[in-house]
Amino acid sequence: MARTERKRDVVIVGLGWTGAITGIELAKEGLDILALERGPDRATVPDFKYPQVIDELRFGERYGFMQRPKASTLTIRRTTDETALPYRRLGSFLPGDGVGGAGIHWNGQTWRPQTQEYRLRSYVEETFGADIIPEGMTIQDWGVTAEELEPYYDRFEYMAGISGQAGHVNGEIIEGGNPFEPSRSRDYPLPPLKQQKDSMLFAETAQAMGYHPFPRPAANASAPHVNEYGMQLGPCNYCGFCARYGCLNYSKAAPQTCVLDALKRYENFEYRVNSEVLRVDLAPDGQSATGVTYWDAETQEEVTQPADLVILAAYSIHNVHLMLLSGIGEPYDPATGQGTTGKNYSYQMNGGTTMFFKDRNFNPFASAGSSGMSINDFGIEQIDYAAEGFIGGSYMTCGHSNGQPIRGIALPEGTKGWGAEWKQGVGEWYGRSTGLGSHGSNMSYADCYLDLDPTYTDPHGRPLLRLTFDWKDNDIRMTQFMRRKIEEIVQAMEPDTWQSSYKGDGARYDVRPYQTTHNVGGAIMGTDPNTSSLNRYLQCWGQHNVFVMGASAFPQNIQYNPTGAVGALAYWAVEAIVNDYLPDPRPLV
Amino acid sequence: MSRDYLSTTRRGFLGATAALPALVATGAPGRAAVADDVPLEQYEPEFLTPAEWAFVMAATARIIPSEGDGPGALEARVPVFIDRQLAGDFGAAADLYMEGPFVPDAPEELGPQSPLTPAEIYRGAIAALDARLKAGGRPSFVERDAKAQDAFLTDLSEGRVRLEPELREFWDLLLQNTREGYFADPMYGGNAGMAAWKHIGFPGARGSYTEWVGRAEDYPLGPVSISGERG
Repeated sequence: MARTERKRDVVIVGLGWTGAITGIELAKEGLDILALERGPDRATVPDFKYPQVIDELRFGERYGFMQRPKASTLTIRRTTDETALPYRRLGSFLPGDGVGGAGIHWNGQTWRPQTQEYRLRSYVEETFGADIIPEGMTIQDWGVTAEELEPYYDRFEYMAGISGQAGHVNGEIIEGGNPFEPSRSRDYPLPPLKQQKDSMLFAETAQAMGYHPFPRPAANASAPHVNEYGMQLGPCNYCGFCARYGCLNYSKAAPQTCVLDALKRYENFEYRVNSEVLRVDLAPDGQSATGVTYWDAETQEEVTQPADLVILAAYSIHNVHLMLLSGIGEPYDPATGQGTTGKNYSYQMNGGTTMFFKDRNFNPFASAGSSGMSINDFGIEQIDYAAEGFIGGSYMTCGHSNGQPIRGIALPEGTKGWGAEWKQGVGEWYGRSTGLGSHGSNMSYADCYLDLDPTYTDPHGRPLLRLTFDWKDNDIRMTQFMRRKIEEIVQAMEPDTWQSSYKGDGARYDVRPYQTTHNVGGAIMGTDPNTSSLNRYLQCWGQHNVFVMGASAFPQNIQYNPTGAVGALAYWAVEAIVNDYLPDPRPLV
Repeated sequence: MSRDYLSTTRRGFLGATAALPALVATGAPGRAAVADDVPLEQYEPEFLTPAEWAFVMAATARIIPSEGDGPGALEARVPVFIDRQLAGDFGAAADLYMEGPFVPDAPEELGPQSPLTPAEIYRGAIAALDARLKAGGRPSFVERDAKAQDAFLTDLSEGRVRLEPELREFWDLLLQNTREGYFADPMYGGNAGMAAWKHIGFPGARGSYTEWVGRAEDYPLGPVSISGERG
């Protein structure tokens, strides 16, 4: 069975952050828009309502808001010699589905990359020389600058109601903020979150050591906020259920709280759920898209959906999967370095030290997803790569994002993981430990990429996406550098005992423990069609009416959580579409 | 074992009726009402056979023993939680990718690759462990004393008792599910009386702590559950 629907001006694939932003900005132009979301509909009420949503088993452990591997997954291997096997159960990363996407179940940590991160290869070559770039490392410039993107970060942060303290406004360094951030045009819309005892202890210690602590920027509203779409955020009540949960309190920025109810008022906007796009349909000459084909789960049939403009706004790896399935761009070949679709997948290199304080109670349940104090003194622009022997950097944060007990109560090294010792330990140590963690960059490499799996298929019979990725010496050296810096601060904080967890020499990628959902690359932006999939406006080089949103555009991972950059790029790209593309559809570069 | 924890649930059941739609929505069995009402010894498992139930009772009682502060797995009714999880979507691998080919002996870093569901892994592993002990003419796991059970579980956890590759995830599942049954909301059958939350000082589903951020003293209020039970 198959049916063909009436042609639309725009079809948007996925209704998370970028789908919602592009949806409302294009709806304002009066275009006839259809958004297709593969998962179910979701709204604060009933899906995130108190108390049902603060259920650690259902959402924290059983991933109630995440993609179901049965419906959609990928295969993973560490090297091209290995046979990739299915990611049968979620672990290392947790893609979302459903309306709101990953924008509902994030912690809310919202950053702007440092100025040099957008021109990382140029920065390294100019400052340290090209010969410090290790063989096989494929870092590139973005083709867009911090200065160009500033207004779009500002807009995203005011739309999302970010709580924080600016450190660098119109060229002036502001006490109490991050002095290493790119200059911004104004402060955050909301003041910082309240801080916990452990965060304050870290901040005092770091300050005394000459570092520059500041409150971690948070999409957890510290006060009431009304955004440009008239959407209202309420102040966060520190329930301790952010990551993996929808917000019960209209406090955490999400497509639901910030955009969707305003977007749904536009009669020229329609969205359909349980509608998984199977491929982008290309014109016979391959130079443009004619629309998409999707699976309508309700009627159990394939639907041909013609459209003049196709916006891929799915999760990063799913954008790449759709491009590979549709023949958009040439698939990247690691043997020759030719092709761009799937190129430069990268992940994130994190590590941390856990501290135990017998006589302190940090009440970890009284927290928000982005609670905590950070320093950026070891950011990408602060490190002498030639002297330290790696390219990259990291911020570090102390604080709790939650106190949920199932996912693990830290116990001092040597404590048995079960039995009487474990039971006594969880009673003694719950609330009496805290972490100082680094959230670091991950460079891109010739042999870390995405392509189609030769063996395994999804319920529609399509080949699964195949991910090839492993840790590299450069990035391990970065995290070991952070370990040394963190352990110095930890010792100055004087815990009773502490223990570290960082990737070491020979570490292999392990898909089982949760690490981060900051998967980036595969549809990267740049200035050269031979080495990038998208131009600086996120427009496909080969098909001018296809735009690809999201962290799939990053040529290597940044040292930060990606949502700030994803949101700013969406505003940047959609403005180019409205002002430049719609009046004269063509390649913008 | 304290009978108090085993008989707290009349009040818990009455309070829990409001949460029943949520239970149905999660795929948890609708027999919560009956199960919550009976002492652990009289509980009729939905998935586990009598021999499997005895194994899970004995093993979880060693993973979280009754001695010392705080409830043990039996006082918290962890075996009920495990039985219900295995009878439901978790046990059936309802959300997992279960298409072949399977490579169960693949490097463990590539994640579980067994063709068996979690429920089948429990079933297969308990049978395999019992058969191994019987073949050696030794007492079964449940017949052993606590010290010998601890020694066996230590060997299992450290890989000295080896299982077929298809079953090798058994210990990780058992440990994970025991902790889940201990700390999950009581509506799933474990954490009876929210005693595990009280043991560590977690206030449960209160969901609002604005006035408590940055304070150093112990939080004064006991836990509440999703169904409104107060501890």
